Amino acid sequence: MARIIVVTSGKGGVGKTTTSASISTGLAKRGHKTVVIDFDVGLRNLDLIMNCERRVVYDFVNVIQGEASLNQALIRDKRVDTLYILPASQTREKEALTKEGVEKVINELSERFDYIVCDSPAGIEHGALMALYYADEAVVVTNPEVSSVRDSDRILGILQSKSRRAEMGQDPVKEHLLLTRYNPDRVQKGEMLSVADVEEILAIPLLGVIPESQIVLNASNQGLPVILEEESDAGQAYEDAVARLLGEEREHRFMSSQKKGFFSRMFKGG
Amino acid sequence: MSFFDYFKSKKNNRTASVAKERLQIIVAHERGQREQPDYLPQLQQELLEVIRKYVQISDDMVQVEVDRNDTCSVLELNVTLPEK
Repeated sequence: MARIIVVTSGKGGVGKTTTSASISTGLAKRGHKTVVIDFDVGLRNLDLIMNCERRVVYDFVNVIQGEASLNQALIRDKRVDTLYILPASQTREKEALTKEGVEKVINELSERFDYIVCDSPAGIEHGALMALYYADEAVVVTNPEVSSVRDSDRILGILQSKSRRAEMGQDPVKEHLLLTRYNPDRVQKGEMLSVADVEEILAIPLLGVIPESQIVLNASNQGLPVILEEESDAGQAYEDAVARLLGEEREHRFMSSQKKGFFSRMFKGG
Repeated sequence: MSFFDYFKSKKNNRTASVAKERLQIIVAHERGQREQPDYLPQLQQELLEVIRKYVQISDDMVQVEVDRNDTCSVLELNVTLPEK
């Protein structure tokens, strides 16, 4: 039985796909058989972030509708061999994702994989509901900014009422807060909500803080999951988040501003 | 920019606490609504229509809420009538 993890947020542009790519790559790198599914029908982008856009032949909707087998649609990652990608359909209607169809595919994947990571589309419409419906755990990606925090709270309400676990009266979906695009300098100046502020408002456990970083754009330009940029702060922050997801204790890093002194700037090139 | 403006603008940029306060209020409000039954908005609308047959009132003069205890739920209805 696979563990099903949804990466969700409500608001768009906060880093769901970036996070899905890094978390799935991180899990797979540790030897877990992992598949990451793009639920954003009509606006697929996980394939680009994972650098497999030219290898897409069949997609999630083709499998649901019986036009292709799971084996035909799954794309094996070229960097980590325990990682597979199931791309979204670019041409179909979102309604092509039926509850029964998604369940069928997830059940089949569940027999072959340890982790199923579901990359949710933005919003709270059908696609987002389907992405979170079967989840055991949810990574709620949030920016330290008012609209993102409010939308995250909204999505938490939906996880607590509309997921399968909620409908069946089972244990609730395990919620994790992942704060992304965090800028400790602006927090220190009082210009940005702090980790503590967001934790207090949303009241769910903190999985990790990903610092705002130029590396993220550089990585997506090349189709490289950020977690593989092992030297970078953002990459290490994702690595820590994956470790915590697996139950390891890791101290939070990159949360305070590290003003570089004159000498370190001189000798390390800023 | 004068010497004093420098301090003024610095103070105005400390907006995170404003953000936090606004979020706490709106999130608490929306969580309260989340726990209300689905039929409540329609109930409120229909009650408004019935009352309007007799008295002219505006939308915000009817408040409907459900309070839940362990043993029972109480439907609380507040209607403010206009002054004559």
